[in-house]
Amino acid sequence: MIAMVVVVPKPVINDPQGTTVKQGLRALGFAEVADARVGKYIELALDTASPEEATHRVEKMCRQLLANQVIEDFRFELVPATPSSKLPGGPDDGSEAPA
Amino acid sequence: MKFGVVVFPGTWSDRDWGHVVKDVLGAELVYLWHKDRELYGVDCVVLPGGFSYGDYLRTGAIARFSPVMDSVASFAAQGGLVWGSCNGFQILCEAGLLPGALIRNQCLEFRCEWAHVRCDQPRTPYTWRLEREQVVRLPIAHGEGNYVADPETLQELERNGQVVFRYCDRHGRPTPEANPNGSMNNIAGIVNRRGNVLGMMPHPERCAEAELGGTDGLPLLRSVLGAATATLPPTPRSRLRGDPGR
Repeated sequence: MIAMVVVVPKPVINDPQGTTVKQGLRALGFAEVADARVGKYIELALDTASPEEATHRVEKMCRQLLANQVIEDFRFELVPATPSSKLPGGPDDGSEAPA
Repeated sequence: MKFGVVVFPGTWSDRDWGHVVKDVLGAELVYLWHKDRELYGVDCVVLPGGFSYGDYLRTGAIARFSPVMDSVASFAAQGGLVWGSCNGFQILCEAGLLPGALIRNQCLEFRCEWAHVRCDQPRTPYTWRLEREQVVRLPIAHGEGNYVADPETLQELERNGQVVFRYCDRHGRPTPEANPNGSMNNIAGIVNRRGNVLGMMPHPERCAEAELGGTDGLPLLRSVLGAATATLPPTPRSRLRGDPGR
């Protein structure tokens, strides 16, 4: 199973990166961009069969490490692992893991 | 007086601290390796600046899980002096030993320059040799020094006098122009409620000798030296002026 975790700055937190991206897009003529928030995308390959258990565990991972809840919110989705969705560098990838 | 300077992979200011502790203060020094749980009876733990664990995920996020940090947390809980500067401040926030967090500088630039900060709390073991509202000039070098906290936390910090340093102009005015990173309330350093854990973005260890362009870091370093030895003979009682213990 794959967990797709998204971590973004809380709405109340000033996001200077997001503001800069918004200004950049608007400068390029994308005037419809009202706001931009820059966060992180984290993909986790899980050796878990039960979606309930995975949800519970990933929630814990987010709270303990992946997000700092003083400044960030998180959300995630679980999708079944298919051969095409194997993560690069994962155990079945066949290539050397990055240093 | 024994200082323990913690070394994580990626710490860069540990040798600066070591030099100042040993050669400028003449105090005892031990480097504490991040995998070590032993604190070797130090009186003050220093979490220096740098990029611990490459600052992966978030600044200080991984360092917080180092074995040494368990010992540092227990040491702090017993009232031991824990002093984090720069990355050390970020680690203390991630570890929950100080409230709030440090995010990307408002200007998005790494700021490496001299900054004026005003001491708003001289009643700590770190600042009792400074006067209230005294302005000192300290170097900063960070990309993520923008202090944020929720409104309640911020209010509590202000109400309890936990804001120790504030960015200001040379006259001590905490103006927006004098704020190098966008920190809320111009915050440059805070202590925990008990006053034994200090986190600050500036680098006092880099301005303790005239050759380096300034000595304004010395009163802080000497405060700690006095605070830890104040109860030991033959330190005269007069050194307790300002009640460093609180």
